[in-house]
Amino acid sequence: MSRSARARRLSRSSPSGGPGSARALADRERLRAVVLVVPLLLFIGITFLAPLGMMLLRSVHDPVVADALPETLAVLGEWDGEGLPPEAAYEALARELTRAREERTLGQVAGRVNRVESGMRSLFTRSARGLQGVTEGPWREVMVELDEAWGQPAVWNAVRATGQRFTARHYLNAVDMQRLPDGSVTRQPEERRIYLALLWRTLWVSGVITLLCLILGYPIAHLIAHSPPRRANLFLLLVLVPFWTSLLVRTTAWIVLLQTQGVLNDIMVAIGLVGDDGRLTMIYNMTGTIVAMTHVLLPFMVLPLYSVMRAIPPRYMDAAASLGATPVQAFRRVYWPQTLPGVGAGSLLVFILAIGYYITPALVGGSSGQLISNMVAYHMQTSLNWGLAGALGGIMLAGVFVLYVLYDRLVGIERLSLS
Amino acid sequence: MTSPGAAAGGGGGEAAHVAFEGVSKSYDGTNLVVKDFNLEVGKGEFVTLLGPSGSGKTTILMMLAGFQAPTSGRIRIEGESVEDLAPRSRGIGMVFQNYALFPHMTVGQNLSFPLEVRGIDGEERHERVERALKLVRLEGMENRRPGQLSGGQQQRVAIARALVFEPSLVLMDEPLGALDRSLREEMQYEIRRIHRELAVTVVYVTHDQQEAMVMSDRIAVLKDGEVEQIAPPEVLYEEPERAFVARFIGENNRLHGRVATVEGGLCEVETGRTRIRALRVVDCEPGDRVTLSIRPERVSVNPEPGVFGNQVGATVQDLAFLGDHLRVHMEACGRSDFIAKIPNIVGHGGILVGDTVRVGWTVTDCRVLDYETRTNREAEHDETT
Repeated sequence: MSRSARARRLSRSSPSGGPGSARALADRERLRAVVLVVPLLLFIGITFLAPLGMMLLRSVHDPVVADALPETLAVLGEWDGEGLPPEAAYEALARELTRAREERTLGQVAGRVNRVESGMRSLFTRSARGLQGVTEGPWREVMVELDEAWGQPAVWNAVRATGQRFTARHYLNAVDMQRLPDGSVTRQPEERRIYLALLWRTLWVSGVITLLCLILGYPIAHLIAHSPPRRANLFLLLVLVPFWTSLLVRTTAWIVLLQTQGVLNDIMVAIGLVGDDGRLTMIYNMTGTIVAMTHVLLPFMVLPLYSVMRAIPPRYMDAAASLGATPVQAFRRVYWPQTLPGVGAGSLLVFILAIGYYITPALVGGSSGQLISNMVAYHMQTSLNWGLAGALGGIMLAGVFVLYVLYDRLVGIERLSLS
Repeated sequence: MTSPGAAAGGGGGEAAHVAFEGVSKSYDGTNLVVKDFNLEVGKGEFVTLLGPSGSGKTTILMMLAGFQAPTSGRIRIEGESVEDLAPRSRGIGMVFQNYALFPHMTVGQNLSFPLEVRGIDGEERHERVERALKLVRLEGMENRRPGQLSGGQQQRVAIARALVFEPSLVLMDEPLGALDRSLREEMQYEIRRIHRELAVTVVYVTHDQQEAMVMSDRIAVLKDGEVEQIAPPEVLYEEPERAFVARFIGENNRLHGRVATVEGGLCEVETGRTRIRALRVVDCEPGDRVTLSIRPERVSVNPEPGVFGNQVGATVQDLAFLGDHLRVHMEACGRSDFIAKIPNIVGHGGILVGDTVRVGWTVTDCRVLDYETRTNREAEHDETT
């Protein structure tokens, strides 16, 4: 009896005594830590990664036509793309159009094909309606009679092109390219090229905003970083108060300031800088977008700069001066190089945020101040071309990744300090 | 235009390299961190400003370098007043606390920097950098970054950088503070060698009295912004004029008491129940409170009767053998921290803890200084005895 009790005590004490048990303890602690992080991981997964992945998938994957017209597409798969497709294709399409009409998916299918070849939406709906009651072929004659467009290979090519489940079409579209029926890739006709120009404009505007933020933010950050603590806190507060103010309030304030009948124009007229009929247009165009976005994004430049500058002892500048450097030389050779991680971090942050910025250009950009994100929103909400929206977003995402890698190569991502 | 106290220097007959004339400094307009500082530093001299933290020594150095402006008084370099001269125009090499090496530059670039901004290019720049590195024994380290060097190596680079543009005056602000003890001692001799080789004038700031003793031609001991004494190391040690100096430089037995009688250069001081004859360093009248200072190595334990002018009884409380000497802790003259150091070559006659002994010292080794207490407890102790 006493032996068994000792054995029990031994067996109980051994898990917490031996070296193996220490590992078990550590494992349990690690498990507990992981469990605590799970809600956050789930949240990020559900609200960020999953939608992101779905949008990216949508940009290359479009099964609507393939699901609605499987037989037609099977026949078209053997067609050489020149001349007219065989009778079997007409038959299959007639049957599947009728079924799509009954299942009420015809509108979606017609919309998809219409994006490749305009005029297809009405062709599809009209044909489906015309096929009502027709039970016998020859289907080619019936359909060409309904609309002679069915006698054109281009129409059939469009059907075949949209029938691919996985497609690069949206990405080609997003960079103003198209795939011709013969499979070659060319630029869109002149009047349909819009996205590349918009993409360049977005990059250019983001660059300008980043530069403005750097020029405006660098001296402020320097002032804050090298002021006595009390004054530094006050300055920091002044930088952060706009940061904490509602974006809409700030944007509205800019409208009040910059509009044609606004405060700034009134002042300039009052002091005779411009005539009453020469009021400047500073909002609802690119100027408005740049001014308002620079203001909105300035804290994202100031904070990383401030944190880097605060870590630079003033002794370095004293040392440079004692070694004979003028203030300009000391700044250029000693101070500036040491702030580069902050300059990189701030610029990267501002540039990335600017590339994807939506609300400010939407509110004050007018028609000339729109950026790529406004086009993404248009395709998400109005044209419902989610594939193209996904492709535009994918390109922006890739661009940001490229920047990130470049920064890593040039400065080293571990030197990125955000606060 | 000379101020009355300016003659404290030892710069010899020629003009002083650096002269402080009645310099005071206040940061807030009321408290003076430096009070009426006067010092002349001769060409090629090594002068150390020594004092505890808050004594104003670094402020004095910063005023000389040009990073701080004196509130009043005048600083001259080579006889010229420098108040309108920016730091970069003073031509002073400076070694900073914690070195201030530029972390984004290599050692070579750090050393090139002062030459570059002076427009020295190409072969000459390269040569000077090489020479400076050789001087501090860091040949071949040009391409390292400061972060890749040990503390001692960084220290050497900082010294090389302060010397590479060949200034005639070099300032050092606690340059060895961040190093460990053995490295610090090595660097002290290194700096002394460089000073001798280049014959530059050095003004050095430290709170470490041993460091000051090793390197300096003269030491200015500072306390609360005021000069206590300016003298060569051996004079400071042997002939302190202030109780603070006696305490700060080397070890000392301090006794507090009242002057009983004064006769010429000597006086008798009553401390506890004994009277001690001592050298009258400060002006004092009978009845004044004074501090007596006796170096522990000048105290003899159980001397031959009649050899010394002072002999008192003492109780041995502790003994410590430190290799080169034996440290004897005793209770004597009403104090429990009386210490005697017996050199290893002298026999200590088998003293044991608890023994009652006699201790003695000559009259001239015992100096009468101003009344100074280190702590409140010491002051209370004095009140009760």
